[in-house]
Amino acid sequence: MGDSLASATRAAAASASPRADLRLSRRGLLGGGLTIAFAFSPLGRKVWAHGGEQPSLHAIEGQVEGGDTGDAFQGFAPGGFVRIDPAGKISLLIPNIEMGQGIHTAEAMLIAEELEVDLDQVSVLPAPPNEDLYKQPLLQSQTTGGSTSIRSTWVPLRQAGAAARTMLVQAAAQRWGVEATELTVARGVVSANSGGRSATYAELVEDAAKLPIPTDVPLKDPARFRLVGTPVPRVEGRGKTDGTAVFGIDAKVEGMKIATVSASPIFGGKLGRVDEAAARAVPGVRDVVKLDNAVAVTGDHYWAARQGVDALQIEWQEGPNAGLTTDTIFADLKVSSETGKPILAKQEGQAQAAFDAAPKKVEAVYRLPFLAHATMEPINCLVHVRDGGCEIWCGTQVPTAAQALAAKILNIPAEKVILHNHLIGGGFGRRLEADYVAQAVQIARQVDYPVKVVWSREEDFAHDLYRPAYYDRIAAGLGEDGMPVAWIDHVTGGSVLGSYLPTGLPDGTLDSDAVEGAAEPPYGFPTLLVDWVRKDPPVPVSWWRGVGPTHNIFVVESFMDELALAAGKDPVEYRSMLLANNPRAAGVLKLAAEKAGWDPAAKKVAGEGRGVALHVSFGSYIAVVLDISVAQDGAVKLKRAIAAVDCGHVVNPDTVHAQVEGGLLFGLSAALYNGIEIENGRVVQTSFEEYGQLRMNESIPVEVHIVPSTEDPGGMGETATVSAAPVLGNAIFAATGKRLRSLPFVPQLAAETSG
Amino acid sequence: MIDLSINGESHSVDVPEDMPLLWVLRDVLGMTGTKFGCGVAQCGACTVHVDGQAVRSCVTPASTVVGSEVVTIEGVGATAPGGRVQAAWLEHQVVQCGYCQSGQIMSAAALLGSNPAPDDAAIDEAMSGNICRCGTYPRIRAAIKTAAKA
Repeated sequence: MGDSLASATRAAAASASPRADLRLSRRGLLGGGLTIAFAFSPLGRKVWAHGGEQPSLHAIEGQVEGGDTGDAFQGFAPGGFVRIDPAGKISLLIPNIEMGQGIHTAEAMLIAEELEVDLDQVSVLPAPPNEDLYKQPLLQSQTTGGSTSIRSTWVPLRQAGAAARTMLVQAAAQRWGVEATELTVARGVVSANSGGRSATYAELVEDAAKLPIPTDVPLKDPARFRLVGTPVPRVEGRGKTDGTAVFGIDAKVEGMKIATVSASPIFGGKLGRVDEAAARAVPGVRDVVKLDNAVAVTGDHYWAARQGVDALQIEWQEGPNAGLTTDTIFADLKVSSETGKPILAKQEGQAQAAFDAAPKKVEAVYRLPFLAHATMEPINCLVHVRDGGCEIWCGTQVPTAAQALAAKILNIPAEKVILHNHLIGGGFGRRLEADYVAQAVQIARQVDYPVKVVWSREEDFAHDLYRPAYYDRIAAGLGEDGMPVAWIDHVTGGSVLGSYLPTGLPDGTLDSDAVEGAAEPPYGFPTLLVDWVRKDPPVPVSWWRGVGPTHNIFVVESFMDELALAAGKDPVEYRSMLLANNPRAAGVLKLAAEKAGWDPAAKKVAGEGRGVALHVSFGSYIAVVLDISVAQDGAVKLKRAIAAVDCGHVVNPDTVHAQVEGGLLFGLSAALYNGIEIENGRVVQTSFEEYGQLRMNESIPVEVHIVPSTEDPGGMGETATVSAAPVLGNAIFAATGKRLRSLPFVPQLAAETSG
Repeated sequence: MIDLSINGESHSVDVPEDMPLLWVLRDVLGMTGTKFGCGVAQCGACTVHVDGQAVRSCVTPASTVVGSEVVTIEGVGATAPGGRVQAAWLEHQVVQCGYCQSGQIMSAAALLGSNPAPDDAAIDEAMSGNICRCGTYPRIRAAIKTAAKA
């Protein structure tokens, strides 16, 4: 989603001027001149330094914990990423937020590789909101999303580590009167090759702080990497196994109350009359707080707040969407697809003419449902509004945008908003939105104590921003040999980018997210036409793990199997024939097929199916082979998955394995079960049971094979999720002969057998 | 007042009789390792031990565990199965977002407490009440087998 998310996050951040007017830090113990920042260049290839600024968390004096990330820090801090205090404590400030993808570990590895320290020697901290220091080049904002983190930081974070190391080594060289080239460094100790002298970083920081930050430091030859490429354990792993890890929902401050909320169950509805009497009578309830479209109850604990909300008598002003249903939305999408004005995404050759002239034509309609993120950690945000300022504790993928939004609501400068970012208990795109921060600020401004807003699971399902529903018409013309002569993909659906941008997306403008995965197929089609009809539903929409490719690759890779069938060819063989000019895609397909023992001549067993899917997204290549069975009653049993991945240079192979295993299972859970339905303007599903979840008894081993590569890294947080729906649909076809062109699959199979 | 024994320590809390143990732990005692996921015993994030049995604390009134020994993720490492499970979780690098893992570990430790050598069917039976959205199930299964052998 590079382009669309980049412009969106850039605009969202800019709209409320998150670029804090940073207060100059206190004069550091080691010389105030050393508050110098590295910034990412637009190309991500150079580091430059500029003086005078460093992250400020102390908008409200004396109230901030975690001095490591604030400007209370006094010590060696050559840039935003490395801090060494006079006692030698090393902190690495990680620009991207950890939500399960392993980024705190991977980005710490990049810095530590060049800083010549090991991860057992450092503290890893989330970077505070600061666009000047932590704007990343692909998204052009301090945002975690779109599998862009490692692609963005692969060079700059190594440069940050190398620059700090160079200064420390230079300090030792000057002290000992030798050339820096005569010194070696390991585990934070600089040693002279001769003379037996050595010094720890702690002993060198005072001198190093007086040196200029080098701007052009050579990076280590990858052949000499000692950390990068190894399966380093997660830095936050222990805290997540002993209960000490602190997620946003775990934040607590003195005097805090807990709130829970009921927002209009109907999209676009408003709060009407509220009878508060029964709620106020609940022991432990403090206040009833009304917003435009919601009402909250605060209390001594969640239980009081929960019972308080349940006791409210609320009348909703339903608004214009009270008649909305999933069926009306899909009917509208179909009409728009057939009669709307398409926006061209990609055209190569005369696809329509080639299709019209083709001896064989294949056409299909694919439908995808709305999806909820359903993160394990329910939406929450702790806010304290006081003294002309605001302090926020939450997990967010967009810390600067959230900070700016809070400032805008309160009509205060952004630097008066302190935001403490936290570990996120599952993001999947949900915390790219700051709606919950805005709501919590609007509640907190009405009370005189810190309040932690915690949504119920039911509220979390009812008030997500959903992956849009899509209605896609796809067609191909095949030549006499069965190979494509024309490929035409008409996408229809809402615009996530248009929803995200504060100013909207102008009519007639392409949302690249809507066609990502469709517009750049890995195959060599002689002619191609991809376009998009925009039809925004009256339902809030946003990005969901795998974004455009999760939607479009389901269509593309399901249809590739349909074409192979029409051509009378094996699905792997058919794809391979179209990959002559794409060796990396061909490579993962071949590897997955080999490892799975793919055999076009294998004897068919009734009810048993094997599927394949291939795609390129986020700069990574992946092929998956999935074995399943489908019982007479339509029950699907997953059996085994084999994945082959080429994601370029691997930072942490265990993370790549974990993201393929988990990302595929996440996608399979959605493909089997997940679809948000709407009746009477409301979301039908209210719980994990109703939404459907893959559980341990349905889980399968996922075998992962990584292709060694020295190409630049690709993203891996979403890649395998994209594979799930098409590989499962193709396996279901192999098992049953039924081509399912809608998601999710299980309700359709169950309906067919029960009907 | 309700008298509770949690991880071997006594606590007296002034809360309503029907208040679930989850909120006593999290919002009254400040023990936030036990997680809120659904509030209706569908996801297992809130799992704790009551007299060695895995229970969903979100639907267990605190008043019903008076006189019982409650163990949470903060204390399970001191039990033999709990310590082995936590070590195996690190060995297999199970966690991703980690939000469900307190509950997963509590369910796994209770399983090993009653069945020292669970087979796949026993693991399915004991663990299918715990949802992991990140999909760490294969590693959870492997880690339970490692913990069983330790």
